[in-house]
Amino acid sequence: MNDSSALYQEAIKQFAQAAHGHGRLEAADGEARLDNPLCGDRVRMQVAFASGRITAVAHETKGCLLCRAAASVIGARAVGQDEAAIESVATALESMLKNKAPVPAGWPELSMFEPARAYPSRHRCVLLPFRALLAALTESRR
Amino acid sequence: MNAAPASLRDEFPLLAATPELHYLDSAATAQIHRLALDAVVRHETTRRANVSRGTYRLAEAADLAYEQARQTAARFLNATSTDEVIFTSGATASLNLVAHAFGGTLKAGDRVVISVAEHHSNFVPWQMLRERTGIELALIPVTAAGQLDLARLPELIDSKCRLVAVTQCSNVTGAWTDVATLVTAARKVGAKVLLDGAQGAQHGPQDVRALGIDFYAFSGHKCFGPGGVGMLWGRGELLAAMPPFLTGGGMIGEVTPQATTWAAPPQRFEAGTPPIAQAVGLAAALEWMMSLDWPQIHAREARLCELMIEGLQRIPGLRLLGPEAQEARAPIVSFEIPGLHPHDICQVLDAHQLALRGGHHCAQPLLAALGAEVCTRASIALYNDEADIAALLDGLGFVLRELA
Repeated sequence: MNDSSALYQEAIKQFAQAAHGHGRLEAADGEARLDNPLCGDRVRMQVAFASGRITAVAHETKGCLLCRAAASVIGARAVGQDEAAIESVATALESMLKNKAPVPAGWPELSMFEPARAYPSRHRCVLLPFRALLAALTESRR
Repeated sequence: MNAAPASLRDEFPLLAATPELHYLDSAATAQIHRLALDAVVRHETTRRANVSRGTYRLAEAADLAYEQARQTAARFLNATSTDEVIFTSGATASLNLVAHAFGGTLKAGDRVVISVAEHHSNFVPWQMLRERTGIELALIPVTAAGQLDLARLPELIDSKCRLVAVTQCSNVTGAWTDVATLVTAARKVGAKVLLDGAQGAQHGPQDVRALGIDFYAFSGHKCFGPGGVGMLWGRGELLAAMPPFLTGGGMIGEVTPQATTWAAPPQRFEAGTPPIAQAVGLAAALEWMMSLDWPQIHAREARLCELMIEGLQRIPGLRLLGPEAQEARAPIVSFEIPGLHPHDICQVLDAHQLALRGGHHCAQPLLAALGAEVCTRASIALYNDEADIAALLDGLGFVLRELA
């Protein structure tokens, strides 16, 4: 029998519960809404951007604990990052999940998703907020 | 007599090999019966050849097996003729076939009536047809219990209506459709009726003539057969008047550089090499289904469903979707637990050897109408027993403790 308690560790529940960054920005430079059509998870991500760095981020996330926890990590950590750093952490996170690569440098809390490696169908739940953030950043350049 | 006889569960190789598994996702895919699996292997190892093409003995044997499978399917459906029985890749392909081929006989302004309760596979093809041809697409709404609101039929099924295409049984709520009322309304205005039997066929042989319908679609993998095969039954005179959907080998009368004529049904609608071994396997599953005591199975499934619902109703805050009356639903039960996402629920249940599906179940319009976005679904088939229900209710206890 596998053990789902390893997946649903306290840190994930706490980040999901805290919902850092939940809400909307009054003035966003970029916005994106991404869906996971398989499960109905939905993330609307907004960013404000100045001098090459994220100055504010907000999201509205409807989804599972993994998706909500990942969005919450973004809410807690994305401000001050540049687009290259976000791309780098998103790539590293995907690699952590799919290729057993190390936890993305500088984002130690993402280690809470390491048990999700064993559940490929859930990788998308973790990655969806990061993909939404990248899409919002792309949108901000238009 | 509520437990499935051990021998019945043992007839399904996967279930026999995993006695610890509580499989409650048969509305998505039912387990394959040993006879169906054996038939596939036997066909592939003794009669594998293409059909309708070869004259050597192996090809003749493949032809015979394939056409015998068609005869079996015709008996399962009580079709008038094997010419009305078309093998497809599944219910989705069957529904798309009708939307293209019967849809090709419709013109702008003709109305097709579907319902809010449809699976996307009986929703999207009609939206696409509307975009291609300008038909009018109308929706039968659902009641709060997810049943088709038939009080709205008079305004929807009128002289403009050419086709009523609805589910026989909701894949989310399990609600059975009142087919007789729909057929009566459609007949009054000369409209045809398509029944999406993807969920219905799993619960016993069908009588398309008694139903009074014009098209019936279902999938093999939900009827204890192999994947990759399904059926479309259509009334002979309708099929004969329909253009093909897919084109290619096997469906032509004659091809010249200038033009092509079509073969008669069913070959007209079976372009390319059909799923031969899968059809043979499906026929074995259908033959087995026809040998069963369905009133007894229905009574047992209903009892299990009732047990499940009684247990679920004891969970504080849990919201059940679908009709309350047992006789109004197939043993498919969907529910929401406030604050818990179905993916998380299903993940924890998986750790307790329970296989359930969570999500929108390819029925987003229905879920929206019921005020939900996603839900968790437990579906019961003939091999389930009380231990499965008890495990689910215990498992949900773990879910509440682990995720709260």
